[in-house]
Amino acid sequence: MRTVVEGVSKAYDHPKGPQTQALGRVDFAIEEGEFVALVGPSGCGKSTLLNIVAGLLAPSTGRVRFHGASLNGRPRTAVVFQDLALFPWRSVEGNVRYGLEELGVARRDRRRRAREWLALVGLEGFEAHYPHQLSGGMKQRAAIARALAVDPGLLLMDEPFSALDAQTRMDMQLELSRIYEATAKSVLYITHYIPEAVFLADRVIVLTGRPGVIREKVRVDLPRPREERIKVEPRYVEYLERIWGLVRGVGGAAEGTGS
Amino acid sequence: MSREGTVVRDKAGFLERRKDRRLGVLTVLVVLGLWEAVGRSGWVSPFFLPPLTQVLLSGWEITRSGEVFSHLAASLWRIGSGFAVGAGLGVLLGVALGFSQKADDAIHPLVAATYPVPKIAVLPLLILWLGIGEASKVAVIGLGVFFPVAINARAGVRNVDPLLVKAALSLGSGRWGVVRKVILPASLPMIFAGLKLGVGIALLLVVTAEMIAAESGVGFLILSAADLMQTTRLLFGIMLLSGLGLFLSWLLGRVERKLIPWRG
Ligand SMILES: Nc1ncnc2c1ncn2[C@@H]1O[C@H](COP(=O)(O)OP(=O)(O)O)[C@@H](O)[C@H]1O
Ligand SMILES: [Mg+2]
Repeated sequence: MRTVVEGVSKAYDHPKGPQTQALGRVDFAIEEGEFVALVGPSGCGKSTLLNIVAGLLAPSTGRVRFHGASLNGRPRTAVVFQDLALFPWRSVEGNVRYGLEELGVARRDRRRRAREWLALVGLEGFEAHYPHQLSGGMKQRAAIARALAVDPGLLLMDEPFSALDAQTRMDMQLELSRIYEATAKSVLYITHYIPEAVFLADRVIVLTGRPGVIREKVRVDLPRPREERIKVEPRYVEYLERIWGLVRGVGGAAEGTGS
Repeated sequence: MSREGTVVRDKAGFLERRKDRRLGVLTVLVVLGLWEAVGRSGWVSPFFLPPLTQVLLSGWEITRSGEVFSHLAASLWRIGSGFAVGAGLGVLLGVALGFSQKADDAIHPLVAATYPVPKIAVLPLLILWLGIGEASKVAVIGLGVFFPVAINARAGVRNVDPLLVKAALSLGSGRWGVVRKVILPASLPMIFAGLKLGVGIALLLVVTAEMIAAESGVGFLILSAADLMQTTRLLFGIMLLSGLGLFLSWLLGRVERKLIPWRG
């Protein structure tokens, strides 16, 4: 499935006083099977954009379109939220089964498929645990499994690792790139942490400060599978420096180089 | 200062709370013991405070004769049916008000205006409408339980984390799915808080109603004992109420742990 974001912007109304222009007009596309990371400073409208793509918020202008074969009732998108939003009253497996229930998958298949996804994210043996019994990294994995289980056309992730400690975050980055390489899903990944964006993505879209508009789209030509050691390669470091510069406002017109 | 320097002491230590059930049991035993001692000492007439053992003895007599069970059964039946009706309607209305802003705008002012009326004040009216029999008692209990349950259910629904609703929508839920699979379970803890308040109110109302107009029930047992100046029976009735209250909140606690296992 190909996703096209056309002229999308968002201004929030305030009961008193002027509107907040959270997001300027942005245009971009996510190709089938592509991993796109969206980086930009806090408050530049990243979450706003993700909610618009997810169909959870109406844009002020523009629209989001999906192209490609019908998904047979599967959702176009599924979201891994920054605050996870796991259902506290459901076990880990119950959380993963949720979307399968809504899809009308037969009871026995739900169980099997939920377990398969939990195995893929490394949560075997924790099916019966409740979210409050899991560590941060494990909750993260559960949330990813829940979103992947409905087999969406596009996986949306909003700073999913920002609450994790550095070591767990690194592990989860590796885990996510492994899952991405195994499933070949289209992904829109939001972060304000540039090394993570470069490590994970095929393409990094850099937004300006609020109201966010696209400053630059940078194609990341690093080999897959992505492994930890690419983080010391000169090419990786060059990407980092370039994107750091773009975020700080050095160079790079709105012209997309290599987008 | 000693050779080892100053050792850091835990300044927050006094904040720690360690639970000790034995203390509570001890207090109860001491109070019961004092009661017995005062009752036997002759300081007060046994007419005002008969010793505990005499109260238990008279309780044992009416237990053996089966009288206690018929009173308990009558009170429990009234509490049970009043509670079921009041809690059922309370949950329904509370969820509806919490979910639909229109319904809330229309009905919440009415609820706010009727909630503070002490329900016992309505009992004469209910007796007038429904007669002196069971219906008016069940109705007043239902009314008493209805309000705290409805108000808590409404608050529970309104306070559901909108992110959980978004998560459900993003996983393909429709409106009804969101209500059933997110809003209801998410507001269960608040609904249970309302039910717990309701149990206390139901107990209060059943006894009052039985004192005003009844031929059976623990409230009737107490009042008729007072009329006959049987202090032992009267005190046994009060002890029964304490037991009944403990039993009901224990029961509700069990149901709560069963229905809300995710709360630790
Ligand atoms: N529901 C809302 N109502 C009003 N303003 C909002 C709302 N959500 C976000 N904003 C504002 O929009 C801007 C962008 O927010 P957000 O999309 O969350 O940014 P980011 O995810 O990039 O940190 C911020 O200034 C924020 O205060
Ligand atoms: Mg955000």
